[in-house]
Formats: sequence, structure tokens, C-alpha cells
Amino acid sequence: MNVKSISRTVGLILLITGIFQLFPLLIAVIDHEPRNILAYIESLCLILLVGSALLLFSRGGNRMFSAQEGFAATGLSWIFMSAFGALPFFLSGQIPSYVDAFFEMVSGFTTTGASILTDVEALSRCNLFWRSFSHWLGGMGVLVFLLAVVPGARKNGGTGIYLMRAESPGPSVDKLTPHLRQTAMILYGIYILLTALCIVCLLLGGMPVFDSFCIAFGTAGTGGFAIKNSSMGGYSCFLQTVVTVFMFLFGVNFSLYYMLLLRKFKAVFKNEELRLYFGIAAGSIVLIAINISRMYNTVYESVHHAAFQVVSIMTTTGYGTVDFEQWPAFSKAILLSLMFIGASAGSTGGGLKVSRVLLLMKSIRRTIRKALHPRRVQPVYMDGRAVSEEVCDNVNAYLAIYCVILVLSFAIISVDGFSIGTNFSAVASCFNNIGPGFELVGATQNFSIYSDLSKIILSLDMLLGRLEIFPLLLLLSPDTWSRRR
Amino acid sequence: MRIIIAGDGKVGLALTRLLSQEGHDLVTIDSNRAVLERDMQQFDVMTVVGNCATMATLNEAKVQQAEVLIAATSADEINLLCCLTARKMNPTLHTIARVRSPEYREQLYMMRGEFGLSLIINPEREAAKEIFRLLQLPGFLKRETFAKGRVEIVELRVLERSPLENVILNHLPHVLGCKVLVCAVIRDGHALIPSGDTMLRRGDHIYVTAPVTVLSYLMKRLGITQKKIRHAMLIGGGRVSYYLAQMLIGADVRVKIIENNPQRSEQLAQMLPEAAIICADGANQEILEAEGLNETDALVTLTGIDEQNIITSMVGNAKGVPHIVTKVNRIMTTGMVETLPIGSVVSPKELCSANIVQYVRAMQHQTGAAVTLHRIADGRAEALEFIVNKQSKYIGEPLKNLRLRLKKNILISCITHHGNTVIPDGESYYQLGDTVIVVTTREQPVLQFNDIFV
Repeated sequence: MNVKSISRTVGLILLITGIFQLFPLLIAVIDHEPRNILAYIESLCLILLVGSALLLFSRGGNRMFSAQEGFAATGLSWIFMSAFGALPFFLSGQIPSYVDAFFEMVSGFTTTGASILTDVEALSRCNLFWRSFSHWLGGMGVLVFLLAVVPGARKNGGTGIYLMRAESPGPSVDKLTPHLRQTAMILYGIYILLTALCIVCLLLGGMPVFDSFCIAFGTAGTGGFAIKNSSMGGYSCFLQTVVTVFMFLFGVNFSLYYMLLLRKFKAVFKNEELRLYFGIAAGSIVLIAINISRMYNTVYESVHHAAFQVVSIMTTTGYGTVDFEQWPAFSKAILLSLMFIGASAGSTGGGLKVSRVLLLMKSIRRTIRKALHPRRVQPVYMDGRAVSEEVCDNVNAYLAIYCVILVLSFAIISVDGFSIGTNFSAVASCFNNIGPGFELVGATQNFSIYSDLSKIILSLDMLLGRLEIFPLLLLLSPDTWSRRR
Repeated sequence: MRIIIAGDGKVGLALTRLLSQEGHDLVTIDSNRAVLERDMQQFDVMTVVGNCATMATLNEAKVQQAEVLIAATSADEINLLCCLTARKMNPTLHTIARVRSPEYREQLYMMRGEFGLSLIINPEREAAKEIFRLLQLPGFLKRETFAKGRVEIVELRVLERSPLENVILNHLPHVLGCKVLVCAVIRDGHALIPSGDTMLRRGDHIYVTAPVTVLSYLMKRLGITQKKIRHAMLIGGGRVSYYLAQMLIGADVRVKIIENNPQRSEQLAQMLPEAAIICADGANQEILEAEGLNETDALVTLTGIDEQNIITSMVGNAKGVPHIVTKVNRIMTTGMVETLPIGSVVSPKELCSANIVQYVRAMQHQTGAAVTLHRIADGRAEALEFIVNKQSKYIGEPLKNLRLRLKKNILISCITHHGNTVIPDGESYYQLGDTVIVVTTREQPVLQFNDIFV
């Protein structure tokens, strides 16, 4: 394990986090809030101190970087930036407990959107902005940002791919262009463009400037932090539709947008994951709309709310227009299943990812066929290509570890004594980076009811879900750190 | 520049390493997913799995946007088909194919024209040529030619009791009685560009720039006996052996090839009636001795297994064979191999990848690019030949005035003016149209002549 090169990466990430904290600082200055200004300056000083200490420590070491270092650097970076990103909330006194602030920040960076705040509107504007902005930053990934801005990949060879693979979601991450930096720039370029488009649409719909920025950040990162207690409920029907459309767009694999830019329409249209993603969303909307039609006056209204909620949950955003806690059990069951499926690989969303679900389905079909014809040789096909056995095995292993962590976390937070529905949906919601769960952590509720231990467990779940388990799991394994391997 | 490398074997890997260091956009194609994965982790490249001769795969590698395609799979036919297909898809593409089967040798020129190939490379033949040149002037470990063959950079080892031991370079002309220039020294595994007060030590590998005319004089002064080789023993009957045997027979050298495979031996015997083909295990010392290892003038080990070549060469050295050449292709030479008593080391893949890198650089900088490029000192230094043109800086300026303007680790080691070779000193200068040889150990490539100045 090359500790020096890891500390270099973590140090750089920390400094980048610091640079982005200048935005909320600026807002605090505009709003003349001395306490918040002080909080952000204190937090910046700490970040600068620790960040440069890490960089100083890394001086003189070689830049050797393998898969292990990539995983470890990614896991540590996310823990560090969450820990330091939480400082302003704590120092400004608006979230008095540090564990709560940490939970809130992890929830921000992992684009979960689960909150411990009982009254969001009590937060000052700078903190609201920082909360929403963390969604945007965590959505595409800070390490990908690092790869896009820091030159020098020539010297390091292709080692940056380890960071990209560790941070980007999906069963197999590939480059779009020969140079990793270019790939990272293209991804961020598409991301920024779509976000800007979303902001413009919201502004045209008459949303205030500050709101539209925050809501757009939450939509882009598929996060879900709103700035009103009613989430999206208080905005007009048009604005809700805009957010629905953009949530859906941000749940699509970003490499498909690149293909669109290259005018490969056929490949995009034939993409199996996109088709399934679209199919699942459409099917769920229809079923829920029928199921809830009696609760609303018009068909349009029920379809509108069903669409918003389905897309919001499936892309793992977690905005709400209505309290779906009141919906019938069947609709809630569909929403709960959607939580696990999640968005597409290579998007900003969480969950298992549609492509993994697709591969799992195909593996199941293969296993059944194999039982009937034991000698049959049958690779798994996706988009007309045979998927390598390694990827299939990885997906299966991922599902297994996923279940183990799900059950363990569920067991631990049950110590707090809430109902099974509450606890299970809380874990599912955090682990899949969604935000709201059911019952006591439902659409209009929040996570403040849990004890500190459960909050830490749920924070870890969020990080595990966002980084797709392995980077963090590797950090905990003693093998990783022993010198003799 | 966007470059596609089809086939990711030894040559492909060497090329990927060199070209990605120079910052090109690389796409590698191979049918084996595992080697591509290794590539992706080692270098900043994009990879495509598939058969490189199919349009679908080439499309995926974005051949329309590429500028160069290098086909270096193990099969000549696939390489040719790949280049042909790719050029049909992108007529402005420069294609480089590896064609190494002797059977196609006669039709190379025809194929080059018909298939629109920019360059055909044959690593085995390049290696054979290199070995042949080494055997012509035995005593030098490596020879690289420049300025249309007028100048060479030769590699020597400073042995015990050599007149070069403990000589300060400023005094070198007095010791040798002729003007030559030491342009690079490998000491303890590090390559360095020496200055006037560097002292040569025993065990150093030195690279000497010298006009061809003084080479034999140089050898005499160094006490290296120069006996023409009359008999050579080649271990292993691969393609390099075949090409080398052909050249040696043409130069009136008696050749004996020891090949293990009966079928291949039969084949070789038909292709090379004048050579003695022995079907036996070349790793067996008794057989080697029975076949006259003690009497032969030169031993060349050319089997496909690097380790076996090295061991056999060491046996030859112990038996006192005067000239030994060892082919090492797979093992990365990181200074270890040079310290072994195995004579000259030749690596086919390194030779041909240097050619391709030179071609790519010349494409990138149509005017002013290096005319010749040789990687010396195990690839840790480059010797480049430039022609001085109108854009070149400091024309006519004595070199002593340029000392502070040259970048670090760069040496002007030779100037050729109208066919006259000058080993430069402080008073020398270059004029328009002159050929200048530059040696550098810098990491950033020197693409144009003016790149050597600050």
C-alpha cells in the first residue's frame, strides 16, 4: 500500500472541497451573517491545514498507484470530505450535534437527501446552498472532477482509471476517449450543460433564482435535499414536471449522451439498459396511477403525482410532491421495489443499477436453462455482445455483499426500537441513496428520531451505497494495510 | 495524434509504452480481453476487444478520426487485411503493417503500393540486419548508423586494463590518437550525458560517436583484435535465424544452425542449402561442443526463450567464443541483462518500435523532425539526427556560445558538413543543410531541432 500517493489524492480532494466552500461563504457575506461567515472561514482554515499537511506528507514518495490504492484513496477521500464538509453546519450552530451534521453532509455528498432536520426552512441560505451543492458535487464524483482538472496523467500512466472505477457507479466502467482526462472532462461537460438547462427551465417556470439553483443541484445529483419543508409540494405543476423530466434525464447513463453527441442514435436507441430503465419507469407509473386514481380528482393529477414519485424514487432522488405515505399498500410496495433497482449505471443515481438488475435477470434465465440442458454453453449477452464471466461473477458477488450489509444494518438500527417497516425502509433508503423511506421516516418525516449510533450506521450505509461497497470494505480489511502481502 | 495499435503482443506493448509517453491518443485493439485490461491499467489508453480486420471493430476504435494505424498482430495476413480495410474506411489514414514471413519478402514493394501501406516493418529482419552489422565489426556491443552511414554511435564496455580505464574525457583524443566523442555512459544502471571532466571507470558502458572511417583504427587502439568472422553458429531456427543466415552466407561466412524441431529443420535446409542445419537441442552443452562451439568465431542465440538464449550465451562465453550476440525479446532489460557475460544484446521489438516512433514523430512535424532516431543505452537515451534548416536557431554560432542555451542532458555529438564529419568542439558550428546528431536522456521527447534549446 503506497500511503504517500493515497495521502496526496486525499489532500487534493480536501482542498477541492475547500475551494467549493467559497460559494456558500460568498452567500453568507451577501446575507451579512457574521456567525456563518466565521463558521465557513474556520472550516476553510481547518481544511487548508489538514489538506496541506497531507500534501506535505506525500512529498517525495513515488506515484505508484494500483487498484488497492485507488479503492483506498476513494474511500478515504469520501470520508474526509464528508467529515470536513460537515464543519460549517456544526460551527455555525445550526446543527448543534456533530454526528447530525456529519449525517447531513454524508447524505449530501452521497446524493441521498435524507435529513435529520425537522425544520429545513430554519437553516440560513448559505447552509441550504452548501447542502444542495454537495449533491451536485457528489453526483458525478469529486475524484472524477479531480481527474478532469489535474493534468499529468502522462506521467502516471493509466492509473487514474482506478480512481474512476472506484467512484463511478456500474458493473463495468470504461473510457469514452483514449485519455482519461478527456473522458472526465466530457462527463463533467455534459453534467454542467444539463444542469444549466435545468436551471434555465426552472427560472422560466417562475421559480426564484436561489430556489432554482438549489433544486437544480438536487435534481442533477439525484440527491433530494429541498429547501422547503414541503419538498417540491409547494411549487407549481409546471415546475414539478420540469423536475420530473430532469430527474429522469440524470438517471440515464451519461455515456449515452456522449453517443448522442457523436450522432450514434441507433446505438442509443438499442441500448438495453435504457430500454429497461424506461420500461420499468413507464410500467410503474401506469400501475400506481391506476392504484391511486380514486384519491385524486382527475386522471391527469394522478398520473402527474405517480410519475413524479416513481421517477423521484427510481432515480434515487427523493423529492416529494405529496405524502405517499397515504397511498395504498400496492403503490408503496412498487416504490419500495424501485428503491432497490435504482437508476442506470454511469448516471448520478444510486441503487443496484438497472444494468445490474438486467444482468441478474439474464443470469437467472441462464441458470434455469442450464438446469434443463446441462451441457449448453451460453454466454450472457448485453447490447449484442457477450458479457465476460468476470463481470457476471462480480454482479453476483455484489448482490451477495449488498444483502449482507442490508441485513446487518437493519439489525443494528433496530436497537432503537422503531417498527420493522420504519427500520427496513430507512436502511433501504439510505443504502440506495434515496432519502425518504416509509412510516416514521416517510415523505414528510425525517431521520432525527434515530440515536447517534444508528445515524453513524446509516451514514456508513450511504457511503457504501454511493461508492458501491468495495472501496469502503477494502478500507476495513486488515489485508489492505499489512505490509507483507 | 490519434493512433490505433492493432495487436497487443510484444511489439504492441512496446509501442503503447513509447507512444503513450509522447502523449498521443492511443486506442489498442486485441481479441484477448486480459491483455487489454493490463494495458488500460498501465497506460492512459482506450481499448477495444475484437478482430482488428473487421469493420465493426475498426468502427468502434473510431478509425475515421485516426491518423495512424499500426497492425502488429502475430499474423501477417490479418495485419495486411486490417490495414486494407482501415484505409478503405478512412482514405487519409497512414497504415503501418508488420509483415515478417520470408515468403512475402519478394512482393513487399508490390503490396506496399497496392495496399497503400505507409510503412512495412519486419522486426525479425531488422534484428538480423543489426546482428549482421555487429558481426561485421565484432568488438562493439551495438552499432547505430547516422548521416547515411557516415557516422556511427557504437557501444563499448570499459574492461580491465583497457586504455580507456580512468581516462578523463578531455584527454580522450590524446589517449586514442583520433577524434571521437563519448556521448552517453551507463554506470550502475543509470544513463548519463558526460561532460569534459567525467572520468571513465571500469565496467562503464560507453556510447561513442565516431566517423565510420576511424572505427577500425579505434578498435586497433583499444586493443580489440579484429579478425574477420569465418564461421558462425546460430542457435534456434526462427525467422531471425533465417534472415541472418542469408546475409551471412552472402558475406561468405559458414553458417551452422541448430534447431530442435525436425520439421522446421527440414524447411530451413530447403530454404538455405548452403547452411548446415543440425536438428538437435541447442540447450545441450555436449551437442554444442560436438558441433564445434570451441572453434566457432561467433555464437548467436536466437531461440524464442530469452532465458535459454542467455544461458547458452554464457556457456559460449565460458568456452571462449570470441563474439556472442544474444536475442532478448520478452524480458524487460532494466540494466540487469547488460551485466551478464552474454556479448551484445539485441531486441527485435525495441528496434522496430523505434522505427515506428520516428515515423510518427516525422508525421507530426512534417518539417524539422528527426531524420533518424535510435534508442541507445537500453532505451534510456535517444540519439537523433536532424538536418539544419532555415528555422533552426543559432546557425553559424560557435558551440561554446551555446553552452548556456542548451537544455540539460542534451549533447550535440556530431556535425556533418557536405559529407565531412566533424566531432564538434567549442569552436565548431553548424550551417544550413548540415546534419547534426543530438543525444538526449530527457524524458520529454525532442521532436524538433529547436527543442534542444531553452
